[in-house]
Amino acid sequence: MKYRAKIEVSLKPGHSDPEGETVARLLKELGYMVDAVNVSKVYNVLIDAQTLREARSKAEEMAKRLLANPTKDNYTISVEEQK
Amino acid sequence: MKREEIKVCVMRVGGTNCDAETQRAFQELGVQAETLHLNELIKRRNLLDYQVLVFPGGFSFGDYVRAGVILARWLSAELDKELKTFIEENRPILGICNGFQVLVEYGLLPGFEGVSAYPEATLATNIPQGYNCRWIHLKHENKGKCIFTNKIPTGKVLHIPVAHSEGRFLFPKEKEQQLLDKLYENDMLVLRYCNESGEYAEGSYPTNPNGSFHDIAGICNREGTIFGLMPHPERALYWWQQPDWTRREQVPQYGDGKLIFESLIDHLTKRF
Repeated sequence: MKYRAKIEVSLKPGHSDPEGETVARLLKELGYMVDAVNVSKVYNVLIDAQTLREARSKAEEMAKRLLANPTKDNYTISVEEQK
Repeated sequence: MKREEIKVCVMRVGGTNCDAETQRAFQELGVQAETLHLNELIKRRNLLDYQVLVFPGGFSFGDYVRAGVILARWLSAELDKELKTFIEENRPILGICNGFQVLVEYGLLPGFEGVSAYPEATLATNIPQGYNCRWIHLKHENKGKCIFTNKIPTGKVLHIPVAHSEGRFLFPKEKEQQLLDKLYENDMLVLRYCNESGEYAEGSYPTNPNGSFHDIAGICNREGTIFGLMPHPERALYWWQQPDWTRREQVPQYGDGKLIFESLIDHLTKRF
């Protein structure tokens, strides 16, 4: 079975996000009422697995081993069957 | 081991830079040094033919995902066994700039309990944001554990350039103080950003060029055999690399970067 996992990696609260701050500053310059911008990265991964549970567990492992650094990053995962 | 018998491997992949300068620095000091692509090392060479492994600066694999992490995971997938033996035999590993990021992402630094499965620290985006290329001052903090600096007196101020966008050394916020204490207890803190007179930057820019926690610029592992630093010692080797050589009446033949390479070579000639 094929599953599509969406892994979103974002900075932990309290960690400064210079890229987000720069974008927020520019958006204000452009006339938008913006309080804050947080930048995150999304990885869409197509996974071979027997069950949804197995696909989720694999995605979890990918986030821990490669995509997120636990010192500064949080991550969220959503998995659905690929139609 | 004689100086001329020492063999250094400078590991190159797409995006690394200063590999040629690093190789030349070692050769200048009379040791054998080769720049090898990771694939060459995996397919045709043996890492254990070398006494020293160096990860040079640059942007390995385009800094995709996070600076240094792709090379770190590639290594753990392809060369894990050889690298473990290399480390167990206390053969020195040096990571300069992007190389430091690789060592942290691999879990080799700080490595409080040996190699960690997941990174225990990070080199985050600079504050202020952006690529920062400048000459800075560093205070040598190590008390003798780090084999890369044991010829440098504790407290000596070094003048070496940095060039990076992700150099802000951080521990997890909730364990920051505890892990800093551990660095001191185990003599793993090696270099801190300071001004010309040796006063710590205390986070102030540009003395601390990236907002690094506790002004940390370089650390070593518990054994002192793995060393990572954001500054580029290979860019501070010769007198003609110094930024002020035209304005000084007398310029020493070598810059402060030499002290790092020389300490390592000195250790190897005694240890092996």
